[in-house]
Amino acid sequence: MISGENPRSRSQTFRRSIRSASLRKERFSHSARSLLDIESLSDSDIDSLLKEAGRFKVSPKKSPLVRRHVALLFYEASTRTRCSFELAAKSLGASTTLVSTTASSIEKGESLVDTGATLAAMGAECIVIRHPSSGAPHVLARHLTIPIVNAGDGMHEHPSQALLDCFTILQHRRSLQGLGLLLVGDIFHSRVARSNALLLTRLGAQVTFCGPPALLPDVAETIAPNVRITRDFDAALPTADVIMMLRVQKERLAGLQLSVDDYIRDYQLTSERLTLAPADALVMHPGPMVRGMELTSEVADSARSLVLEQVRNGVAVRRAILLRALGGHA
Amino acid sequence: MSRKLSYISTRALLISGGSLITESGEVQKGDLLIENGRIAAIDQIGKIPERGQTVLEARGLIVSPGFIDLHVHLREPGQSHKETIATGTAAAAVGGFTTVCPMPNTTPVNDSPEITRWMQQPQRRAAAKVHPIAAATISSNGERLTDFKALVEAGAVAVTDDGRPILGDSIMREALQAARELGIPVIQHAEDTRMSQGCTMHEGPTSFRLGLRGVKAEAEASIVARDIELAAETKARLHVAHLSTDAALKQVRQAREQGVQVTCEVTPHHLLLTDEEVGDYDTNCKMNPPLRAESDRQAMWDGLRDGSIDCIATDHAPHAAHEKDQEFERAPFGVTGLETALPIALMVAAGDPQLVVRWLSCNPASVMGWKDAGVLRVGASADITIFDPAEEWTFTASESKSKSKNSPFIGKRLRGRVQYTIVDGCVMWSL
Repeated sequence: MISGENPRSRSQTFRRSIRSASLRKERFSHSARSLLDIESLSDSDIDSLLKEAGRFKVSPKKSPLVRRHVALLFYEASTRTRCSFELAAKSLGASTTLVSTTASSIEKGESLVDTGATLAAMGAECIVIRHPSSGAPHVLARHLTIPIVNAGDGMHEHPSQALLDCFTILQHRRSLQGLGLLLVGDIFHSRVARSNALLLTRLGAQVTFCGPPALLPDVAETIAPNVRITRDFDAALPTADVIMMLRVQKERLAGLQLSVDDYIRDYQLTSERLTLAPADALVMHPGPMVRGMELTSEVADSARSLVLEQVRNGVAVRRAILLRALGGHA
Repeated sequence: MSRKLSYISTRALLISGGSLITESGEVQKGDLLIENGRIAAIDQIGKIPERGQTVLEARGLIVSPGFIDLHVHLREPGQSHKETIATGTAAAAVGGFTTVCPMPNTTPVNDSPEITRWMQQPQRRAAAKVHPIAAATISSNGERLTDFKALVEAGAVAVTDDGRPILGDSIMREALQAARELGIPVIQHAEDTRMSQGCTMHEGPTSFRLGLRGVKAEAEASIVARDIELAAETKARLHVAHLSTDAALKQVRQAREQGVQVTCEVTPHHLLLTDEEVGDYDTNCKMNPPLRAESDRQAMWDGLRDGSIDCIATDHAPHAAHEKDQEFERAPFGVTGLETALPIALMVAAGDPQLVVRWLSCNPASVMGWKDAGVLRVGASADITIFDPAEEWTFTASESKSKSKNSPFIGKRLRGRVQYTIVDGCVMWSL
């Protein structure tokens, strides 16, 4: 072993200097009007988006985005998010162009950057992107100057969903401070879980992830302070103010050698199980629901379920997001 | 005519007044005379008689045996849009490397004496010595061994299926046995690819946050453990490429205590960076093995300093900008490293040039069993690297000699810089 000064301290100084310019700290430059992930939103961004969404709960009378152009770039199937953004844009007067995987040059092997640049060259002033690869919106944001809105990227984030979930909770509760949030299901593959954990803990909620180890690795609790994990759904219910169920795909369970029956026994939200939660606990689901899998129809259609209200609020929240992106005035 | 020939000087070259790294590894001020591509004399300052030689003033500089990189990707044949042997070795010379060992994952795979010879032809215009490492199995698909004997006769110095690890026990055993006969090591990229399907970074808090599938440290350690067992059984030489995890290092340490002939290398980036550096999907931090946890990084640092890790190898892996400017999961693995190895080695060595020379020159030579390299000795080839351990400089894409610019150190301020790189007595690079 070599004697002399402690190599660690030297290493740390150097690494600090290396890191001082690292992307994590400084982030790459991109349009401040982009919505790439919850992490990059400031507290005041969140605050004003939620306020703006409140004003947009009903369709606006004015059209602040008239003659503005929004491109919807969808590399993945989507019903509610795509329609929601489209309706939001149109209700503000903007025109939309939908580009989807199966009817475009994407199939011919065009790169994401080239596709984005092409849309921008045609006059798109904002690109709303849904992509199966985590970080795809960041690739566009690095190369284009127009704002990029993340409509769901791989397993990473789905920030507009988290904002609309947050908005929906706030329609029923005065604040998120101290609220107990239980997210149940396939956390590992869920961008909704990541965005919600990041957003809701920032606003003061206590988030508990619940699921079997294969769908919820221990590392999940490192995503934000005030995030815990549990394997025991029943034990977690009594302190849950909001229960957010996530979609679980049968094929995925099979791939992980998990039995559907076991999953349903341990993690399905049934009316019976719901009695363990406080009487005023809210039930949410980002959709698409698999009835009979993560929750029963009875629960999905019950008065406690906010599923359709979430969808409704989605349009309002996305109006706020697009207005922020395009810089119009309501 | 090759660049190398154009540099040949008919006169002798006297390197004057530098701090020489002697055969025993000490630093000693002195003069060194090169004649006919070989070291003709080493003596105290002023003792070598002036006979009209070209004098290269090296006062304040370290005069080291030429650096040797056992792990580079020069991309030829077949991927010359990323790099060529000419541009890759030009970058090597800038980094002080006088010898590089290109990996066989070219297009087609270097699994034949023809390709091995082609890579060494003067038409490739190499600025450093090129000693190819050939494929261990045909097309590197892990099924049938290549003709090791013919490959060695053609100039190959080792075999590997780098990037496509040899998973089958019996084929790995066969490879080790055949390599032992020829006295060459088998180099393994230790990764159980059955455990790393779809993984693009190290598994940990960062991979979870970014929603990227992460590979566990065990995927490396399990193959290292298996290979060590086979190396012990066959009494062959095993060299573990780009070691990156504490778990695998422990296997290597234990095996060496038990007398197994296993050596290993570590890359500059695994010594310095961790998985957190991926940041917001920076594809210049995507490589295989991936940047690991802080505890692994520290283990690499300690392992190199205590001698458990033999040497630094860059795993220089150039990729074109349009290939890296993609979705993180689609972008290819690899970063360039030839031009920035010295300052990082100096950092780990806390500025001690003896350690740096051991890691970048002496030890890589001894891993390969090269007696005539990695040492300043009268009669040896004049492969010499002269560097200033204190010069501060900024590594920029525009000045990089590599055809590709995919380095996590672009724009970084670095300390320690190569001033001259001399191959067989010819100055191939001077600042």
